[in-house]
Amino acid sequence: MKIDIKSSDGHAVAVLSGEIDHHNAKEIRSQLDKYIITVQPSELTMDFSNITFMDSSGIGLIMGRSKLMRECGGSLEVRDPQPYIRRVLKLAGMERIVKIT
Amino acid sequence: MEILNEIKFVMPSLSVNESTARAVVSSFLTQADPTVEELSDIRTAVSEAVTNAIVHGYRHKKGNIELTVRLMPKREVYIKIRDKGCGIPDIKKAMEPLFTTAPEEERSGLGFSVMESFMDKLTVKSHVEQGTTVIMRKRLAVHGN
Repeated sequence: MKIDIKSSDGHAVAVLSGEIDHHNAKEIRSQLDKYIITVQPSELTMDFSNITFMDSSGIGLIMGRSKLMRECGGSLEVRDPQPYIRRVLKLAGMERIVKIT
Repeated sequence: MEILNEIKFVMPSLSVNESTARAVVSSFLTQADPTVEELSDIRTAVSEAVTNAIVHGYRHKKGNIELTVRLMPKREVYIKIRDKGCGIPDIKKAMEPLFTTAPEEERSGLGFSVMESFMDKLTVKSHVEQGTTVIMRKRLAVHGN
């Protein structure tokens, strides 16, 4: 699992690579929360284009970061998930909670 | 019913074994030549069941998780995931979407919903203090040549 965060004008993009399951969600959560609390970006994009697997652990991960971003006055976007990951997101009704592009 | 092929795999309830279980299932099912979508569905369902065993079944102790994968006639895949953990007191409640006993770990409560959606059939048997057995079935499409 790898996270590469780049920021410009208050908009941060976190490019996630690898698999999201219960085991490695903890590490992603820890890194993203540390970044959000320290930098307080107005917008955070979680780029899913390099995510090769995600189960419902990813739903908890997105919901938690969405909540934290809102508490910090910002918003969260999920970008470019693979088609089958979109099915998991849809099953959870995530399109009503975060912007998915 | 006739079993065409079968593997049994036992692993300790370590979260790192969530990916191990997915890899074992993927490797075994290669012989059935599933589509990418079918394999994604099965891997996701297996990941949910194994995670449930680790997070909920063995919440207060460590133990073994037994994974059985069978290839059945008519391209049916049979998967059994068994733990000897704390068991589920109310299966109906546990299977309700968004129900979770571990919100502090950001568990979404969608594990069983994903298993039901991505597989054709889901059966859950559980006894308190004895453990839980999840059985899932999925018929692979007949394709190509």
